Amino acid sequence: MSVRLFSFHGGVKTDGHKHESCGTPIRSAPLPGRLVVPLRQSARAASECLVVAGQKVFKGERIGAPVGVLGTAVHAPTSGTVVAIGDHLMPHPSGLSTLAVEIEPDGEERWIEHAPFDWQQSSRAEALAHLRDCGLVGLGGATFPSHVKLGTGSGIHTLILNGAECEPWITCDDRLMRERAADILVGARILRHLIGAERLLIGIEDNKPEAIAAMRSACAALPGAEVVVIPAVYPAGGEKQLIRTLTGIEIPYGRLGGEFGVQCFNVGTAHAVYRAMEHGEPLISRIVTLTGNVDQPGNFEVLIGTPVEDLLALAGPRRADTDRIIMGGPMMGFALPDLHVPVVKASNCLISASQKLFPSAPPEQACIRCGSCARACPAELQPFEMYWHARAKNFGKAQEYHLFDCIECGCCSYVCPSHIPLVDYFRFAKSEIWARERDKNAADQARERFEFRNWRQEREKEEKAAKLAAKAAETRAKLAEGGEASDSPAAAAAEDPKKALVAAALARAKAQKAAVAPKNTEGLSSEKQAEIDEIERRRRELGLDAPPSAADDAPQKTEARDA
Amino acid sequence: MLTALLIMAGIAVVLGAALGYASIRFKVEGDPLVEKIDAILPQTQCGQCGYPGCKPYAQAVANGEADINQCPPGGEEGIRKLADLLGREFKPLSEEHGVEKPKSVAFIDEQTCIGCTLCIQACPVDAIVGAAKQMHTVVEPLCTGCELCVAPCPVDCITMEPVAETVETWKWKYPVVEIRKAS
Ligand code: SF4
Ligand code: SF4
Ligand code: SF4
Ligand code: SF4
Repeated sequence: MSVRLFSFHGGVKTDGHKHESCGTPIRSAPLPGRLVVPLRQSARAASECLVVAGQKVFKGERIGAPVGVLGTAVHAPTSGTVVAIGDHLMPHPSGLSTLAVEIEPDGEERWIEHAPFDWQQSSRAEALAHLRDCGLVGLGGATFPSHVKLGTGSGIHTLILNGAECEPWITCDDRLMRERAADILVGARILRHLIGAERLLIGIEDNKPEAIAAMRSACAALPGAEVVVIPAVYPAGGEKQLIRTLTGIEIPYGRLGGEFGVQCFNVGTAHAVYRAMEHGEPLISRIVTLTGNVDQPGNFEVLIGTPVEDLLALAGPRRADTDRIIMGGPMMGFALPDLHVPVVKASNCLISASQKLFPSAPPEQACIRCGSCARACPAELQPFEMYWHARAKNFGKAQEYHLFDCIECGCCSYVCPSHIPLVDYFRFAKSEIWARERDKNAADQARERFEFRNWRQEREKEEKAAKLAAKAAETRAKLAEGGEASDSPAAAAAEDPKKALVAAALARAKAQKAAVAPKNTEGLSSEKQAEIDEIERRRRELGLDAPPSAADDAPQKTEARDA
Repeated sequence: MLTALLIMAGIAVVLGAALGYASIRFKVEGDPLVEKIDAILPQTQCGQCGYPGCKPYAQAVANGEADINQCPPGGEEGIRKLADLLGREFKPLSEEHGVEKPKSVAFIDEQTCIGCTLCIQACPVDAIVGAAKQMHTVVEPLCTGCELCVAPCPVDCITMEPVAETVETWKWKYPVVEIRKAS
């Protein structure tokens, strides 16, 4: 059986730069002196901290509980002691911090109790919950939670395993497929079972012959599965592009592969699913490519939370002309704001960049409307139109040109003869639109609350009036009945029901004052009492009505304490 | 006497219910133009425009009583949108109504708070919780940053703190010149 290949629109042929790092086997990175595990592994979802500083943790112990629909658990990558929980710089283009758990390893690598998960005998829901609790997210770079991507278990006929690894310089999936093909296939089988698909297609770019051979031989025993070799054109590993290449399905603007019966998972994700199911191990490590301007490029199995600085040292000393470190590939990655940031689940590659390897782009010039960007765009968009509107901050118009179908692949910027950083404009426009969406939701909520408050105040006013009227009638009736309250001050004001009410209320308040003592002021520490006295003093100074206890018996109290 | 009481209580209940019903029944029957203007306004409800809330200002703009550049929280962008909607010329924010500031939320210094409830009464969106003589606190996600609670506080324990950017709310900056590096 062979698959007819289709081609997707646009794309660019780049210099792959794979040979630098793909030649050596995956090595285990040594245990660093300290691990920093962010509780937020992506901008999308955070997890709730389950540990406290000083606590001992086992390898694989849960330290963050999933929050919300898109939440997944976070685990201790090794055994040791939690030394701190606090804000730590995150590997994110913003250079902002997020809550992280700092662990000092004890070097013993003591695992928490874990056991294989019987995915064949368990229900789908149980299996998905297990994946969520194992912290399973897509390892291709987007870190979308796998249990969500597995959907409802119906309507998907084809599962695609993405081994394209189209972005230049990155070779972590290549090495993984060469060395752990059988494990990946087990993971793929589990994914196929959970998603309810029959067909399994594994797409690998033709520049990875060893990986293709390894996956083919592992595949032989699995019916319905096939390795498909695809031409190396960036971005062949984009989801829509891969689906198009392998199945010919053209996914329209604003739609997803799942709606057309196809779902993609990265080979690294399949491997992590295998570990989670067959060994019961949560996602605590990943393969990271170290490459670029370094002496010993290669791939490393790295614990999540390992500081980038420690990891970089494994590729040799930093060369003098390295001017920045890029996380991810050169097309879609970003320069790290700081080298103290930890490796997270999304970190597939660290590139030491120099001006020689990655010269700074010349300054932006005016768009000449050459249309190169549109020809290169794999999403079949018109980047120059979107650019025009994004630049003018005319976001509505940019959206009309399907801004949100842009996968930020960078092909347009790559080919633009005017060196316009088109993708930066699109990212800017997208985040502005999201911010407006948030503002709008907040405004709608404020409007509702404001209207409700106005309505409540109006109602309270009416109710008060009604109550007053009722009370007045009652008092009048009482007075008419016999005036047994003739000696009360109310009698004096008998003619005026309102005054009568006020007088009655005063009397009631007085009685209450005498009877009720606040219950939460007993057995206070002297500090608290001093604090309260201080507040009361300020209240008196300001001429605000003092509470009964303070006004009536504060002097005695003070004396009592002094004595 | 009991009858009188019951009748009055009955009336109170009926009135309350009628009012509640009316507020729901007639709430949306507003002028569509006012609704459109109101949808653009930021709903901070701060009154800086000179009207007691965004809706009244929207009403005033629709009636031609107020100009379109009186809302500082809406800022330049808000004015542009209003100008677009009403087919008028853009004009800069009127200085007498205030200046555009970064979004802030109120913070109550809980040590100093005396529990006077004055801020609760001032807050247009019920974003402050607390009871008489108890410490008060601001429910941050609900606070619009209108600053109306700051002045009434007799012990000056409310401060406005700019909202910090998080990884979730962070925005890509407007590309300045270069930055992009291709392989
Ligand atoms: S490639 Fe660059 S110059 Fe050509 S149309 Fe696109 S944005 Fe304009
Ligand atoms: S970055 Fe967006 S617009 Fe540019 S080529 Fe890629 S998908 Fe098209
Ligand atoms: S100034 Fe304040 S109250 Fe007036 S419209 Fe703007 S946000 Fe609303
Ligand atoms: S807490 Fe203060 S600043 Fe915030 S909405 Fe209420 S009154 Fe305005």
